Amino acid sequence: MPEALVQLDHLSKSFPKSEKAALEELSARIVAGKVTGLVGPDGAGKTTLMRLMAGLMQPSTGSITIKGLDSVRDSVALRELVGYMPQKFGLYEDLTVEENFNLHADLRGVVGRDRDQEFERLLRLTDLTRFTSRMAGKLSGGMKQKLGLACALLGHPQILLLDEPGVGVDPISRRELWKMVRELVSQEIAVIWSTAYLDEAELCDEVLLLSDGKMLFNGEPGELTSRMRGRCFQIREIEGSRRQVLTRVLVCPEVLDAVIQGQSIRVVLRRDSDKPDLTKIDAGAHANWASIEPRFEDAFLDVLGEKPPGKSPLAEQLTNLPRDGATVIEAKNLTKRFGDFVATDNVSFQVIRGEIFGLLGPNGAGKSTTFKMMCGLLQPTSGTALVTGIDLKTSASEARQKLGYMAQKFSLYGNLTVHQNLMFFSGAYGLDGKEQAEEVGNMVRIFHLDPYLKSSADSLPLGFKQRLALACAMMHRPDILFLDEPTSGVDPVTRREFWTHINSVVEKGVTVMVTTHFMDEAEYCDRMALVFRGRIIAAGTPDELKAKARNEAHPEPSMEDAFIELITRDHHEQN
Amino acid sequence: MFKRIRALIIKELQAILSDPQSRALIFMPVILDTALFPFAVTLDVQNNTLAVLNRDSGPASIELVQRFSRAEAFTHYLVLNNDAEMRDVIDNEKALLVLYFPVDFSRKVERGDAATVQAIIDGRRSNSGQIALGYVETMIESYNNDRLSAEGNTIPSIITVRHWFNPNLNYQYFVLPSLVAVITTISVLVITSLSIAREREQGTFDQLLVSPLTPRMIMIGKTVPAILIAFIQSAMIVVAAVAFYGVPFHGSLALLSLSVFCYALAIAGFGLLISSICATQQQAFLGVFTFMMPAVLLSGFASPIDNMPRWLQLVTEADPLRHLIVIVIVKAIFLKGASAPFVFNNLWPLLVIALVTLSAADWMFRRKIA
Repeated sequence: MPEALVQLDHLSKSFPKSEKAALEELSARIVAGKVTGLVGPDGAGKTTLMRLMAGLMQPSTGSITIKGLDSVRDSVALRELVGYMPQKFGLYEDLTVEENFNLHADLRGVVGRDRDQEFERLLRLTDLTRFTSRMAGKLSGGMKQKLGLACALLGHPQILLLDEPGVGVDPISRRELWKMVRELVSQEIAVIWSTAYLDEAELCDEVLLLSDGKMLFNGEPGELTSRMRGRCFQIREIEGSRRQVLTRVLVCPEVLDAVIQGQSIRVVLRRDSDKPDLTKIDAGAHANWASIEPRFEDAFLDVLGEKPPGKSPLAEQLTNLPRDGATVIEAKNLTKRFGDFVATDNVSFQVIRGEIFGLLGPNGAGKSTTFKMMCGLLQPTSGTALVTGIDLKTSASEARQKLGYMAQKFSLYGNLTVHQNLMFFSGAYGLDGKEQAEEVGNMVRIFHLDPYLKSSADSLPLGFKQRLALACAMMHRPDILFLDEPTSGVDPVTRREFWTHINSVVEKGVTVMVTTHFMDEAEYCDRMALVFRGRIIAAGTPDELKAKARNEAHPEPSMEDAFIELITRDHHEQN
Repeated sequence: MFKRIRALIIKELQAILSDPQSRALIFMPVILDTALFPFAVTLDVQNNTLAVLNRDSGPASIELVQRFSRAEAFTHYLVLNNDAEMRDVIDNEKALLVLYFPVDFSRKVERGDAATVQAIIDGRRSNSGQIALGYVETMIESYNNDRLSAEGNTIPSIITVRHWFNPNLNYQYFVLPSLVAVITTISVLVITSLSIAREREQGTFDQLLVSPLTPRMIMIGKTVPAILIAFIQSAMIVVAAVAFYGVPFHGSLALLSLSVFCYALAIAGFGLLISSICATQQQAFLGVFTFMMPAVLLSGFASPIDNMPRWLQLVTEADPLRHLIVIVIVKAIFLKGASAPFVFNNLWPLLVIALVTLSAADWMFRRKIA
């Protein structure tokens, strides 16, 4: 067994004012030459552990030993050993790449010829040589992460702490980052990579799986994933609405988890359970089971043992909208320019009633700009954005009365209580008196908000924030829902619960438009458009997009494979 | 429409009042400033040091020096022995004022000749120095009068000064009513400009714009709570001024409320204008400061507008603070019990300012969003 570079010994950390410990009795060892994943949803304790290891905080009990040095007593000596990249890059946005480099080099005492050599090495590694005079704030998400990584690497640290380097980075840049990290690991550096994306865990050599401050698993990810072998299936060739089938699958006691994947449904069974009867699920005459490879996420759900609900009481509140096949949302040659920069370039699409339509794309590709123009938050330079045939930017409030909107990071009023938030949003949509009280009461019941009514929205656990945000967007019973990156950072169970609600309101005829960079979420869409450099480079059903990307290397491409393939293809065509 | 605006107003008040920090931000300045301002911003010259170099040892100079040392303005008294010390006390701010009695001072007084006293004032503290010199002149004058009447001579005419509306020139009478203006300015500006910037940062602003609320409703929803808070603060200051400082309140409460309303409206216009340009709270904060400094300088609170050059006096017309100060103090609801016509005469500029700034903000918002 290789010598442990970092040793966590019964490590606990609690913060004043919070009843629950941020970390509880953590013991683990981290070795050199490997990427150790710190995996868990937001609020699991990842950043706390990072900061403890960087010597920025003191443990409440227990200890951290790094190369024989104690993280508290020898914190000064440790600074030489540890490179830390915080979540927000730790970069100065108003300084150029080179100035950022120089600053970090000064801070780390890297001077003279050493500095020149270091710069050359790191610029080559990160491929940033061409951008040395650009402001850090003007870099793309991926490049910022690379620069942050380079700054953390100054002075040859032996342990590299990377706090959520995958956030805000598109799949292509993410692959490049991983390549860089792999190169570092081969030089016997220990890399600790924290992430809320469970698919990233599969790329790590070792994993510390955290949830609510407790360690659920420590070891090779493959070991955990392999426990799920033989329990993962796809139901293919489904007839009828796959969303309704999903609901029926999820209520089966044998099923641990089920999600939509294009036209198929991916099912994970409980331990020692048999596949439920397809006729019972009523998936159509041709439906069949296919065995598939397990994922790390399956194992995580298995360890948690929680199951997402199959039915949504939210939809029961809604009346059925007519399935008239009407075009509800339409973009006609939508273009937006900011100076010379074309954020959205001649984009057109149509969304039919009762559809989930997704805008998928890397950061900075223009999907947010397009989305904002669609909901009337931004004026197009040319072209029109129509919602139920009305131009939102000119139309009065009546048209907007039919919209529900849920922004990224659930824009709630943080210092208002849950009840005050509900009252405000229902009031803003014109509800009052008995009707308002009734509607608020309904939402409290559906989303189980009772225990939190008097708590401020900021103090809610992430999952409840998500529920509250959805409640606020649904109280006025909109026909159309706009969702902007609705589930980034939340744990898989909460994400599934959210989509259960969305699926069921869509079954009632509500139209949904969603932006996402989560490949999993893209699978829920009926149709989607892949946005890259301001243009739609591909559109269609998830299965169609995957089929387009099929090649020898990927005979059965995943959504992410398809995403990368289609973008690289476009990139080559353009150059 | 009314329901929606009501929801906005309730939300805004809840957000301000439920958060301990912003609650403190609203009420702490009122309490602190009413407690400190009347003492800190005193324009009376008190507790100063008077230095005297007396080369004369006659009775006249001794009596004058005794009179000076009894005066309230000078609580400390330094006796100097030579010219070098004179320079030292002025250079090192040990004394505000040095009096120099020449050798022949008493002799000249006895003879009935014109005797001179030299006064050296610290020019760095010009204002207090001037006022201190005024005290000195008054005392010398009264000494002269006393001497004349002791000799049985009467003075043909004496000027007796009475300060109308503020007979004792009590500066608290001046400072406290202007606090109404200063404090409401800050809170109305902060509530209107910073709260919209905060909503932008939190992302809730987009949420509002996507809802059926129109930009105009959102503006009303920000303005009304700001005005309500301004009312509460003004009431607190007025009560404190009358109850604790004994400032007479001769005017009508209704007129004062009307003035505060129009004023808050004008300031809200500026606040909304600032917030329509700013994307972050930091920018909005800078905007508030950029507005506040000239607004206070040009208001006549610190220095009289009559002393400014003509063109600058015209600029002050655009400063809402200036108009409120005119109404509330100088001729004053507070001290004079100003009549309705007088108040209305000074209110309309506020309404014009409000109209201009609010329409500008409205235009900016719609331009930015649409």
